[in-house]
Amino acid sequence: MNSLKRVIVFGATSAIAEYTARQLVAQGASLYCVGRNRDKLMALIDDLKVRASDHQHIDGEVADLTDSGQHAHLIDTAEQVLGGIDGVLIAHGTLPDQQACQADAAKTRQEIEINALSVINLLTLLANRLEQQRHGVIAVISSVAGDRGRQSNYVYGAAKGMLSIFLQGLRNRLVKASVDVVTIKPGFVDTPMTAEFDKSGPLWAKPEQIAKGIIKAMQKGKGEVYLPWFWWGIMLIIKHIPEAIFKRMSL
Amino acid sequence: MTAPRSWNRLPYVAPEAIHALTQRTAVVPESLPRPLLAYGNGRSYGDVCLTEQGTLLLTRGLDRFIEFDPQRGVLRCEAGVTLGEILTLVVPRGWFLASTPGTRLVTVGGAVANDVHGKNHHAVGSFGHHVRALELWRSDGSVIECRPENDNRWLSATIGGLGLTGLIRWVELQLMPIQNPWMWVESQRFGNLDEFWALNQRAESCWPYTVAWIDCLAKGNAQGRGILLAGQHASAQTELPTFKEGSKRFPFDPPFSLVNGLSLRAFNTLYYRQPVTPQGSLTHYVPYFYPLDAIQDWNRIYGRRGFYQYQCVIPPREAEAATAALLDTISRRGEGSFLAVLKTFGHKPSLGMLSFPRPGTTLALDFPNRGDKTLGLLEELDAIVREAGGTLYPGKDARMSATLFQSGYPQWEAFNDYVDSSFSSRFWQRVTS
Ligand SMILES: Cc1cc2nc3c(=O)[nH]c(=O)nc-3n(C[C@H](O)[C@H](O)[C@H](O)COP(=O)(O)OP(=O)(O)OC[C@H]3O[C@@H](n4cnc5c(N)ncnc54)[C@H](O)[C@@H]3O)c2cc1C
Ligand SMILES: NC(=O)c1ccc[n+]([C@@H]2O[C@H](COP(=O)([O-])OP(=O)(O)OC[C@H]3O[C@@H](n4cnc5c(N)ncnc54)[C@H](OP(=O)(O)O)[C@@H]3O)[C@@H](O)[C@H]2O)c1
Repeated sequence: MNSLKRVIVFGATSAIAEYTARQLVAQGASLYCVGRNRDKLMALIDDLKVRASDHQHIDGEVADLTDSGQHAHLIDTAEQVLGGIDGVLIAHGTLPDQQACQADAAKTRQEIEINALSVINLLTLLANRLEQQRHGVIAVISSVAGDRGRQSNYVYGAAKGMLSIFLQGLRNRLVKASVDVVTIKPGFVDTPMTAEFDKSGPLWAKPEQIAKGIIKAMQKGKGEVYLPWFWWGIMLIIKHIPEAIFKRMSL
Repeated sequence: MTAPRSWNRLPYVAPEAIHALTQRTAVVPESLPRPLLAYGNGRSYGDVCLTEQGTLLLTRGLDRFIEFDPQRGVLRCEAGVTLGEILTLVVPRGWFLASTPGTRLVTVGGAVANDVHGKNHHAVGSFGHHVRALELWRSDGSVIECRPENDNRWLSATIGGLGLTGLIRWVELQLMPIQNPWMWVESQRFGNLDEFWALNQRAESCWPYTVAWIDCLAKGNAQGRGILLAGQHASAQTELPTFKEGSKRFPFDPPFSLVNGLSLRAFNTLYYRQPVTPQGSLTHYVPYFYPLDAIQDWNRIYGRRGFYQYQCVIPPREAEAATAALLDTISRRGEGSFLAVLKTFGHKPSLGMLSFPRPGTTLALDFPNRGDKTLGLLEELDAIVREAGGTLYPGKDARMSATLFQSGYPQWEAFNDYVDSSFSSRFWQRVTS
């Protein structure tokens, strides 16, 4: 079991990350929260401070995570404030407008920058640090969308797919250093990211629920987790549809 | 997307648009159709939280705490935080809500907008009396911080303001100190209404919390028989029992109401016959205050057609006669209610222009929706209430007439000056037309 006493959360203002942060605080964790929107981040930190006991540290900093020049500084400060790192959650991301990406290569690159490259930059720095200290867990929110490219959102899917594969390799490398690397693959979650979607179907989950799954997976040092679990079955089928058929499907 | 509903599942109406708020300072997009209306947790019984036009603003996403002073018991939080979430935070630190309704699944914003009351109204007033400040967002973009000491007008319009003065973004509450999560509760049977009035008067003078459940089907000498529960927060104890909360869910929508003449009579008789503890006992605060919260979705028991809740208040002078007349009418019709609740309000004047609590006796009942038959009964009850100079609770109404509302809320026209021109509800359109 990984103990999650001192955790850094990147993209802390994401709905999924916010509920994860609340549940971590309820379990006694100290947190360092990074988000790009000042108002949102301050509201989040105030809330966590009210929930925390006097022995827990809650702090954080505003940063746009596509600014990779800041990453080392963010990790240093967090480590100092928390007095060490037991866990990291990387949650930031955007759901691009697929049509806009198709129309504009620069937009496509920008989305891949946010959803994949900024995360890989963070991971490279974090991995070396945790490898050295020989303990800790890194969890990253990827997506079921990264399991197979589909016409409706393959730019997002490609970025998440790149993350998932990067994380597989990293997990394989860090196992020797007793560091766990967890890939979180949520299905449909009711958050601001999906505000425009029709949420009446049975597949939609609440961010609180996903948060619970993330914490469990981090504590247990799981490899890849689908959240909720049934997405494992759905994706198993989707991944096994022959490409000759899949290319004609409208998904 | 399925339209949000109110707790009694009546009326069944959908707004043009639904917008989930997640940040209290985020702008409400201009593109959303107007009028607007906040929807908290839909625990109202009726249409104060519903609209057929414009946009429902879902506030549950505004669920952050802002500041808590554990020395003074002052909590500031966003309007979508539920009372249950507050209790989970503050009870272990020795604080409790000064006033709470019979469910903790309501939001703070909803509790303010209906100026809700609890079993201790006679001792502490209603929810609004414990609001130290709140922030109101108006559709013209202005933001008003209301405090009792400086801006009374906006506060008295917004407390009990049925969500019509704008969007409440945060609320600051004064909490009440407690020693532990337990209650000391005495229960006593009374054989009829006369016994109730005597027993209740004694109980109110020495207990902060009192409420009675009555068997509204009993007739003749037994009319108004029931059980009175009196409670107070337990004093410091050397040893406390343990409490584990269970959770059950009512699993399906029966095509018709499972509440009918037969099940009602059995339930009411059994409830009345349950063992009472006149010598007192310790009860955890959760089952004491929130017995119904133990069964999620209990409202489904009334079936797809939903049900009507009927809650009136009768001025003290008329209370005894009118309560008897109401019970007469109900038992004559054989249309009893699972949960007939009787309580007297205290004399502390409510702060809100449209607040429901006022000196007198309040009776709350619910009736499965049997269409015209039920509406006919409710109109008969209205006549008794009107005659006695009483009124109905907007938070629990889906059908009262405009005249009944206007006679019970004489300040409604003055209140109109505070209504945000881009806010409205189905209730408001109904009672002001
Ligand atoms: C089992 C049960 C027991 C109950 N017991 C009691 C009781 O003992 N005493 C009592 O007084 N009531 C009682 N009620 C009624 C309930 O307390 C009220 O209806 C309460 O207002 C519901 O709150 P809500 O958050 O669900 O709001 P909703 O029902 O969603 O909305 C209620 C009103 O509040 C407004 N509103 C909500 N949020 C905001 C906001 N942020 N800004 C502006 N307006 C807002 C809405 O527009 C609407 O007019 C009970 C209800 C149930 C289901
Ligand atoms: N919701 C779903 O259905 C779903 C499904 C699968 C995977 N996911 C993944 O889950 C994660 C969390 O998303 P969510 O659903 O919780 O949505 P969300 O609430 O919209 O969270 C996304 C967060 O990422 C932040 N962010 C975006 N770009 C950033 C940048 N350059 N620097 C810093 N922060 C940035 C956003 O900040 P701002 O608030 O400032 O915009 C926002 O807080 C994402 O990685 C998402 O891809 C979501």
